Amino acid sequence: MNTKVNLCGVELQNPVIPASGTFGFGYEFTQWYDINCLGAISVKGTTEKERFGNIQPRIAEAPSGLLNAVGLQNPGIEAVLAHELPELRKVYSQPIIANISGFSKEEYVKSCALADADENVDLIEVNISCPNVHAGGMSFGTEASSALEITKAVKAVCKKPVIIKLTPNVTDIASIAKACEDGGADGVSLINTLLAMRIDLKTKKPLLGNVTGGLSGPAVFPVAVRMVYQVYNAVKIPIIGMGGVSSAEDVIELMLAGATAVQVGAANLKDPCACRDIIANLPKAMEKYNITDLSKITGGAH
Amino acid sequence: MKKSIFEIIENRSIAKDVCLMRLTGDTSAITAPGQFVNIELEGFYLRRPISVCDWEYGVLTIIYKVVGKGTEKMSAMTAGEKLELLTGLGNGYDMTLSGERPLLVGGGAGVPPMYGLCRRLTAQGKRPTVILGFNTAADVFFAEEFKALGANVIVTTVDGGVGVKGFVTDAMKELEYSYFYSCGPEPMLKALYNASATEGQLSFEERMGCGFGACMGCTCKTKYGNKRICKDGPVLKKEEVVW
Repeated sequence: MNTKVNLCGVELQNPVIPASGTFGFGYEFTQWYDINCLGAISVKGTTEKERFGNIQPRIAEAPSGLLNAVGLQNPGIEAVLAHELPELRKVYSQPIIANISGFSKEEYVKSCALADADENVDLIEVNISCPNVHAGGMSFGTEASSALEITKAVKAVCKKPVIIKLTPNVTDIASIAKACEDGGADGVSLINTLLAMRIDLKTKKPLLGNVTGGLSGPAVFPVAVRMVYQVYNAVKIPIIGMGGVSSAEDVIELMLAGATAVQVGAANLKDPCACRDIIANLPKAMEKYNITDLSKITGGAH
Repeated sequence: MKKSIFEIIENRSIAKDVCLMRLTGDTSAITAPGQFVNIELEGFYLRRPISVCDWEYGVLTIIYKVVGKGTEKMSAMTAGEKLELLTGLGNGYDMTLSGERPLLVGGGAGVPPMYGLCRRLTAQGKRPTVILGFNTAADVFFAEEFKALGANVIVTTVDGGVGVKGFVTDAMKELEYSYFYSCGPEPMLKALYNASATEGQLSFEERMGCGFGACMGCTCKTKYGNKRICKDGPVLKKEEVVW
């Protein structure tokens, strides 16, 4: 039985990757299990400069999921490369995906170039869901033209595979994915969280300090399946599928929709051992559905 | 930190909207009073973080306030039912700094962790004074239990229904103490911070995602940098608190 997959030229022992923002810089999870069982790790979203993030509260519950408005709290790219990734490397030998965010093209380029030059980084995931400070706060990922612009600029300074992480808060995600492919992206990952909101009935005001937040968890899984399916129709580059994945069956479903690898997000926050258990259950689920080679099922539903 | 299954031994109301639950299970990951557990409840995506009131080998006691649907569901559970807990979360109180006459201040749902702390401090031969602050007489719980530990106990109620009328800070004016430990609503902690004559430790509350340091959902600013309430806290030293 084979669980290995090839993601943009990087071999993963299995397709299961903890998603950025739900796994810190990984090493603290060694208190729960040996993280070397993971396919790869997408580490905490990193910006050029240190960020504190949004005001409290940053978390709200939802039916079958949660909203977060953490706001990209991180110590900045230099600290991540100098301290966090070496700390992770001490306990982990599988691939590391750096996750880069920015508020201008220049910031993306600077951070991606630094990540690309770092020996601990194997792949670069570029989160284009952030607002563009030079364009009235509109997210880079909501327009094909700005997605193309960021992809081209980042690809020009990177030798390592570049995966563009897409926001689902768009009318036509396939056209955005196509723009990334046209810009030279080696892959796309989707979906980021869905824009959402809760109101506290006691105060009658928005519950989150940031007013809105991103919805994740099993509530968004069918949206992820639909979008991965649509993007698979539109592009030839590999897709990392994510959005509410909580079981080995969910991994298989997203792969059938078109994913080459799968990220697990919210499930890590509910259960610190979620990824370990999903990986452990994969062979049993493969057997149940007569799958002998996971790498062969990508896009099988088409 | 550990993930394991606990079984409820008892679950009963001890004051208005306040319940005490005792459970059996593996308590080996709990290392200090002031730590918390994160409880999985069927039908809710996020776990419920509840402070540890007390623990011994194989037995855990929590006291929780019914504030929403999750804790409401917990309050209806009965002996024999099982719950999955993450245990040993958070830093807990540092007891080495107490001095001989520590002051323990708990307000409302902040009272429970003071019990496990008080029991350990008295066992070490310290002579703690405990101030328990509530809104009304109907909210008061555990005053007798603290007295049974041999502590000097002062109860305050905002409406004066029982004990000293006013806030916990009204009861500490004449007191002499070597150090303070506290847990309660933020306005109480702030008042205490300003009124206290010594160094001390304050336990904070924040909405949490994971409860074990992964999501950065509960981060606050301190004089020593950003801290996650769930992992680097919930207990902060007075000297590092930024209001």
